[in-house]
Amino acid sequence: MNGLKREIIAMILAGGQGSRLKELTKANAKPAVEFGGKYRIIDFTLSNCTNSSIDVVGVLTQYQPFTLHCHIGIGTAWDLDRTKGGVYILPPHTNDSGGNWYKGTADAIYQNMNFVELFSPEYLLVLSGDHIYTMNYQEMLKFHKEKKADVTIACIEVPIQEASRFGIMNTKEDNRIYEFEEKPKHPKNNLASMGIYIFNWEKLKRYLKEDAKDENSDHDFGKNIIPKMLKGGEKLFAYPFRGYWKDVGTVESYWEANMDLLNESCPIDAPSCSLDLYNDEFKVYTSSIAYPPQYIAPGANVKKSMIVEGCSIWGEVYHSVLSYNVYVGKNAKVINSVILSNSHIEEGAVVENAIICSGAKVSKGCIVKGKPGKIAVVPENKNQSSNLILE
Amino acid sequence: MLTNYLGIVSLTENDSKLKSLTATRPLGSIPIFGRYRAIDFVLSNLVNAGVTNVGILAPTKSRSLIDHVGTGKPWDLNRKVDGLYIFNYSYDPPSISDIKLLKSNMEFLLRSKKEMVIFTSSHMICNIDFEEVAKYHEESNADITVVYKKVTNEDDLFLDAPTLILDQDSKVVGVGKNIGRRTLVNISLDMFLLSKEFLIECILGCLENGNCGSFRDFVYKNVQNMNVNAYEFKGYVGCINSISSYFKVSMDMLNVDIQSELFSKERPIYTKSNDSPPTRYFSTCEVENSFISNGCLIEGKVKNSIISRGVVIEKDAVVENSIIFPKCIIKSGAVLKNVILDKNVVIDSNATLIGHNKNPLVMEKHSEVDLSVLKEVKRV
Repeated sequence: MNGLKREIIAMILAGGQGSRLKELTKANAKPAVEFGGKYRIIDFTLSNCTNSSIDVVGVLTQYQPFTLHCHIGIGTAWDLDRTKGGVYILPPHTNDSGGNWYKGTADAIYQNMNFVELFSPEYLLVLSGDHIYTMNYQEMLKFHKEKKADVTIACIEVPIQEASRFGIMNTKEDNRIYEFEEKPKHPKNNLASMGIYIFNWEKLKRYLKEDAKDENSDHDFGKNIIPKMLKGGEKLFAYPFRGYWKDVGTVESYWEANMDLLNESCPIDAPSCSLDLYNDEFKVYTSSIAYPPQYIAPGANVKKSMIVEGCSIWGEVYHSVLSYNVYVGKNAKVINSVILSNSHIEEGAVVENAIICSGAKVSKGCIVKGKPGKIAVVPENKNQSSNLILE
Repeated sequence: MLTNYLGIVSLTENDSKLKSLTATRPLGSIPIFGRYRAIDFVLSNLVNAGVTNVGILAPTKSRSLIDHVGTGKPWDLNRKVDGLYIFNYSYDPPSISDIKLLKSNMEFLLRSKKEMVIFTSSHMICNIDFEEVAKYHEESNADITVVYKKVTNEDDLFLDAPTLILDQDSKVVGVGKNIGRRTLVNISLDMFLLSKEFLIECILGCLENGNCGSFRDFVYKNVQNMNVNAYEFKGYVGCINSISSYFKVSMDMLNVDIQSELFSKERPIYTKSNDSPPTRYFSTCEVENSFISNGCLIEGKVKNSIISRGVVIEKDAVVENSIIFPKCIIKSGAVLKNVILDKNVVIDSNATLIGHNKNPLVMEKHSEVDLSVLKEVKRV
């Protein structure tokens, strides 16, 4: 096999449209959306792979993939430009029996079975490209082996009132899953699937092939494969994850996840309160751009914020996250907002509870104001020359 | 694009006045402007002009330089054809002679298909368009073109730098040394354009005459016997050849016009990325007129300063008119004024370090400063 054999390889599902992110994903796949100043959403998952010593990573792309493909390149930023292994971009393709778009998460893996087989893995790690978290997958694999599981699903406790947004696991004492409910109206508990699975590859293969023949199936892991495996008496375990995790599915949750980065008073015993980007042993990698350091000008006032290279700040920035190369003019105010790369907040403008997409401009003296739960969004490259106030 | 040019960066520069900043590193890898090292500017200038083949002549203390430059990827110099070469080995005992280094590595010159050479050093920080200079050189038919800048010595920034004496046709007829008189002088930027053939001729000539100093000295001594042309560069130049000039040039970055010229959008300055997270400004911080890199945690007060990557400034600490190298920790209540902290320095709570604004206090790499050493280092 000349060096291609692996115990575990990862497949990142990065093809979804993420339509609930509206303007943010109009021309851009959700995993490629900028996040947390210098990152794109997929950086977290890719870096987790690197930090977990997983060096074969397939990235399945479909919707608006150009920026995502450019960003990943040959994987250099994550140390995934390996001679044997590394990162592989896997778009939908045609073959001698025609071809299809990826119809669902399970179908996407099914269509790339040959790719997985190249590495003859014992285990397949299936990930989403649109979650914000840092996690060592080796620990999950250890748990999977200890439990002699067929499938391990990473789970996190969510507030019970939000539980109906998630796939909910009902487990026994030993974390064995006896029931799985996809987005239940009346959830029995608050243990939510994080969309991170470790499968025994040989087992999964069988179910994927069966599911591919099933015409009534949506070919989705949560909806079809997991319930079928439970029914088939396979051993499914929930791996409890205690760190920070967020599915940035909506404009509001995307904004919140950015704001979470600014938490200053996280109790030491609450690792789920905020993401630690400052752990040198577990860095989040990204492909970086050449910009000079950030310049905080005379008269500027910056507090409770996160700012990156290339920014130049002349006004007030309070409790906000700024990406590369953002300009904030004199007497401008940026409050509780997320400002994406290359945007201009001109003199005297006020931006509050808002997301300013990349390359946009808020003209002199204009007000862009939303409120928590109703975040104002200025689309990519737009010149916002009038007030935008959401009541 | 200068596809026919080879870049040679000679780091055998005189760094004696940079004291501890060059104790463990060549001048070329002094950290500067937060996220850069001095050599980034000349390397970026070369690649921005389309040069894809660069040789670096390095002195022996080049660990940090080699770590920084690596395969040359940040400058797009990791190539199958041409690319980046570092020469820090020679058949002779290590001495600061780039002529000998070139002689030992003559093969590099002979193998390269490029016919022209840009020969430069790293201590003149600027953003220069070498394509322009090359055009000027090629049209002039001179043996060598030297780049210079007219300065008035207002602030002793270019002390000790070589000065060019020019005739009416901008030919170099003599070379002196800048001793700081308040007059208009032509400061040489130690950048030379010449043909490879002529460079090899110079190296061999040097060796035959037992003159094994540096290439620049050879040129300056022999301007009478060669046709040496001068190209005037009108942009910003920061010369870092002493602690005080390093300090002054660093602080120039707080001038927005200089900042935007040096970091021009058309000709970016590349450097090795180290994947630092964004910088966090906490609720207690006060930051003003400062140039700050990624990866810092700032809870204290920062004013008129240049902060490198991964620096921690705790609550109630004050950093003013200072330059902080990567990974320093300044604990709560410490006060720094006119100070340069080399890498990984830890300043204890409530320690006070005050230097002079023309003569900053320099703390060596990895040093720890606590209250017990306070009296010895406090100078006003």
